[in-house]
Amino acid sequence: MDIKVLGPGCNNCVTLEARTRDALDDLGTDATIEKVTDTAQIMGYGVMATPGLVIDGNVVVSGRVPSVKQLTKLMKG
Amino acid sequence: MSATEHRGQEPSGGVEARVSSDGETLERVPSRGRAFRRLGLGLIAAGAAWVVLYVANERVWDVVFYELAGLDPATRLGSAVHFFFYDTAKIMLLIVGLIFVISLARSSIPPERVRDLIVGRHVAVGFGLAAVFGALTPFCSCSSVPLFIGFVAAGVPLGVTLTFLITSPLINQIGVVMLAGMVGWEIAALYVLTGMAMAIVAGVVLSRCNLERWVDPFVTDIAVPAGIDGGKPTLSDRVEFAKVETIDIVRSVWVYVLVGIGIGAGIHGWVPADFFATTGIADSVWAVPAATLAGVPLYANVAGVVPLIEAVHAKGLGLGTAMAFMMSIVALSLPAMILLKRVMRLPLLAIYVATVTLGIIGIGFIFDLIT
Repeated sequence: MDIKVLGPGCNNCVTLEARTRDALDDLGTDATIEKVTDTAQIMGYGVMATPGLVIDGNVVVSGRVPSVKQLTKLMKG
Repeated sequence: MSATEHRGQEPSGGVEARVSSDGETLERVPSRGRAFRRLGLGLIAAGAAWVVLYVANERVWDVVFYELAGLDPATRLGSAVHFFFYDTAKIMLLIVGLIFVISLARSSIPPERVRDLIVGRHVAVGFGLAAVFGALTPFCSCSSVPLFIGFVAAGVPLGVTLTFLITSPLINQIGVVMLAGMVGWEIAALYVLTGMAMAIVAGVVLSRCNLERWVDPFVTDIAVPAGIDGGKPTLSDRVEFAKVETIDIVRSVWVYVLVGIGIGAGIHGWVPADFFATTGIADSVWAVPAATLAGVPLYANVAGVVPLIEAVHAKGLGLGTAMAFMMSIVALSLPAMILLKRVMRLPLLAIYVATVTLGIIGIGFIFDLIT
């Protein structure tokens, strides 16, 4: 799985990254997590409110920080 | 929704045992109805529990401090301690209850959808929508740049975008809830209405000034794909969203609520009732502008500011002065400006700040006239 956390690095983005890692641990899945901090790149995903989460090229979260449980559900597809 | 996920939600359901891959649609309906009912009952029970706690809060501290602990309500210490516990509990209950309801209501309006609503409408409708949705949707200050680009690049007029950018931090849901709980519903409503009106006027004025030349050109060069659509959330998605949102908000504001109410309790107990009248601050014409300017460089959590507003108002400081101070703290903050500097050239940023500052001073005077 290829995961990208979109956000310039505010609190919410840090929380989202931490929860994403927790969710991955719960699932026992391997994934690469990349942080995208460049505004132009973030906009390229069509995300207007940070933080955003991209799984395998699909934007699944924007403008909020879901719970670990919700993230796990999102990763299972 | 896949069959696996479905079973995950209802582990004890007998119906699911008979689900086969092609029978899934048949069985989903009764089970979803049951989950829906259970969720509905849960929400009603939570609402009832909230009402019981809110009503009990009025009585329980009287018993604890005045009857059990033997404090005298007439003493400074007695009233300050009582005020602190009563108000903290009341405000936390209000925040939990109302933020949950607000989050539930706005779980289906991401900013992408707001933008799509505004694009292509008449500009007057655009201003109205921007103010309404700005008030409803909070965003963290680091989202201001992507929001700005997303709006402007999609063709939303700059003035309308600025109205949205002004309203969103200004009409802060926690601020409104706390004002309603501590100062009064009328004041909270007046705050929302004047704040939205000010943001619209500021947006209209700014749109008359041909400011597009001061928007950093890279903004219009960015290719923004059409808004993503996560689909329509179900009730359980919404409840989950609202739950997470409420927990996150409570976690981030409870310290400020405690500190704010603590200082407020101190002011209530120890600052003389005629402090602002005797020092002449209350009557000064300069009180509102001075409070506004003092608030601009300050950046504090609104949850910590409202209790102070309530306390100084109780000691005779004009509500306009107190509100202007609060608004300039929340609407104009240095971190947000530094971020916006990346998309706005300095003249535009300066005009934006000046307009909002003047708007807040205006609201301050309106408050003083009305109250």
